[in-house]
Amino acid sequence: MFMSELKRGDRATVKHIASELIRAQAIRFGISEGSEVSVEEVLPAGPVILRRGTMQYAIGRNLAQQIQVESRMREKKHA
Amino acid sequence: MPKHDHHTHVDTTGLKRMVLVGNPNAGKSVFFNALTGMYVDVSNFPGTTVEITQAKIGGRLYIDTPGVYGISAFNDEERVTRDVALNAEVIINVVNAAHLERDLFLTLQCLEMGIPMVVAVNMIDEAEHLGLKIDLDLLSHLLGVPVVGTVAVEKQGFKELEIALQQPKVGLIGAYVADDLNRLLDRLGTKGEALLYLEDDADVAKRHGLKPPGSREKIYLARRERVNDIVHHVVKENNTKAKFATVLGRLMLKPLTGIPMLLATLFGMYYVIGFFIAQTVVGVTEEVIMLERYEPFMRNLVGGFIAEGTVLNTLLVGEFGVLTMTITYVFGLLLPLVVGFYLLLAILEDSGYLPRIAALLDRALTGIGLNGRAVIPMILGFGCVTMATITTRLLGTSRERLIAIALLVITIPCSAQLGVIVGLIAPLGWQHVASYMVAVFATFVIIGVVLNKVLPGKSSDLLIDLPPIRLPRVENVLKKTMNKSYMFIAEAAPLFAIGAFIIGVLEVTGALVALQNVFAPLTVGWLKLPKEAATAFIMGIVRRDFGAAGLADMSLTAAQTVVAMVTITLFVPCIAAVLVMFKERNWKEASILWISAFAIAFLVGGIVAQVVI
Repeated sequence: MFMSELKRGDRATVKHIASELIRAQAIRFGISEGSEVSVEEVLPAGPVILRRGTMQYAIGRNLAQQIQVESRMREKKHA
Repeated sequence: MPKHDHHTHVDTTGLKRMVLVGNPNAGKSVFFNALTGMYVDVSNFPGTTVEITQAKIGGRLYIDTPGVYGISAFNDEERVTRDVALNAEVIINVVNAAHLERDLFLTLQCLEMGIPMVVAVNMIDEAEHLGLKIDLDLLSHLLGVPVVGTVAVEKQGFKELEIALQQPKVGLIGAYVADDLNRLLDRLGTKGEALLYLEDDADVAKRHGLKPPGSREKIYLARRERVNDIVHHVVKENNTKAKFATVLGRLMLKPLTGIPMLLATLFGMYYVIGFFIAQTVVGVTEEVIMLERYEPFMRNLVGGFIAEGTVLNTLLVGEFGVLTMTITYVFGLLLPLVVGFYLLLAILEDSGYLPRIAALLDRALTGIGLNGRAVIPMILGFGCVTMATITTRLLGTSRERLIAIALLVITIPCSAQLGVIVGLIAPLGWQHVASYMVAVFATFVIIGVVLNKVLPGKSSDLLIDLPPIRLPRVENVLKKTMNKSYMFIAEAAPLFAIGAFIIGVLEVTGALVALQNVFAPLTVGWLKLPKEAATAFIMGIVRRDFGAAGLADMSLTAAQTVVAMVTITLFVPCIAAVLVMFKERNWKEASILWISAFAIAFLVGGIVAQVVI
């Protein structure tokens, strides 16, 4: 599935990022293929807000549609 | 206040080159200030508009570089940082203690360049506040270089830093590149060159007559893994429960709460600048101090040497006098507005709110071919369009930069101009404020949508990190405000003086009246304004705020004021912004933009005139 399909509270593993340039930028930020992330918020038709460790990221909807993820267990507690 | 000198350069021969490298928001500029004291030299890096700050202290030359996430030649900032870092004798890497996961990527990249370095883990107090404990000794051990914890705003840790700077070390280079670097050392000269070649840096490969080997991603992934491993061992998180700041950060992002919060923030800024500063404060600084005290004093003083009615007297202290109007506008009118704006902007920047606004508005901005990041130059544009035009470089593609620059130079009024406009329009009542806002906003949207349709290519997507929400530090905010206001005035005052002089010459030669008559069909016929309005527009060519201020002195009806303000808002940007525009784009695009601004201003202004007058 794609990152854009995730819901708030989901946990996922990043599987594949299509663009090479975005891949390099994401690695510098801390996200690489295999990274585990949790979804803090999904803005309606807008960016997906991710958390990984102490870092938080905003990823545009269009980009999130190009990132393949594997959804893991949903977080038990919702914010 | 630092001394910014664009002309003289420090003699740098025989000095030890200490280069500061760090991520954006690592507190590098405050760090540089704390390290070097007051006297710094700011100059443009050759061939770019990227500013490099240098300071000579003792036998050392400290060089600051732009904040970057890595040295990957993704933009001008990264290329400049690369070129400066490659020539460093010592690298001082400033990292944000709360962001080690992100910042250590650059640390390892510098370290693998084989240059002796020292790492300063800055804002260590804030990390502790967030519940993060960092084992600095272990970090130093894992990196193989001295590590010092600092709080730059309080100069904490700078004694230890000085000791470390006397013994910088070449760090432990990861096994993933160590062999390749040694192998290439003979061929490429230094490990820095070798590393960047291995990372597919096109410029570095080219100057050694090589093709990029295509190994960047492999190195990046291995380096990322090493960073994660280091962070895992070094950082202890002892408090994970949701704090107030975290909750607030989340509320800022959700549209349901985020949009009201954004509107409240913007209204608050508008209130402070438009009412408190533009009316109460300026009422004292411009009216009482400048017009009632300073100007009569100056006229008397100059009148004592140069007879009133002479050309020189008129040029110096007449209606558009260099010593009267320029000084009154710059210090009485603009300075309070600019200080107010930069103060609020510094609070916004330091609180971590800006990137959240970017995420919140991302969706809306994709409609005009931009992404959420464009919020930053747009908001900065309300401070100073010139500076904002430079920051459009952070946008991903040339297409986005062009759209953003077009919107900035045509539709966004800078703080000085906005202050004058708000001061004039706010007292007229909400209907007039609304007509003004609708006209300017509609122009903004139309230009954005049209450019997005017409320009070839594709815009980039949002990919940003969101720093923790925090209470800005007073010292930091004040320092930033002072620096920026000083730079603004240093740049605006000479332009104003030149503008005042030109207008003065036009006046004494009678050319002003002639020009007013030439433009009368446009100003009187189409815009339905008095013909003297032409003077304000001529002033506006120098700076729009100068033009707006000129309009402030005329007696206009409420509807005429709205027309005049819409026209001057959309009018050509100030000379400084034009120069930057020519530098950032090419002369062809810049000229088209300049002429478009002219045409759009009169077109929209005229349409408004037909509707409201």
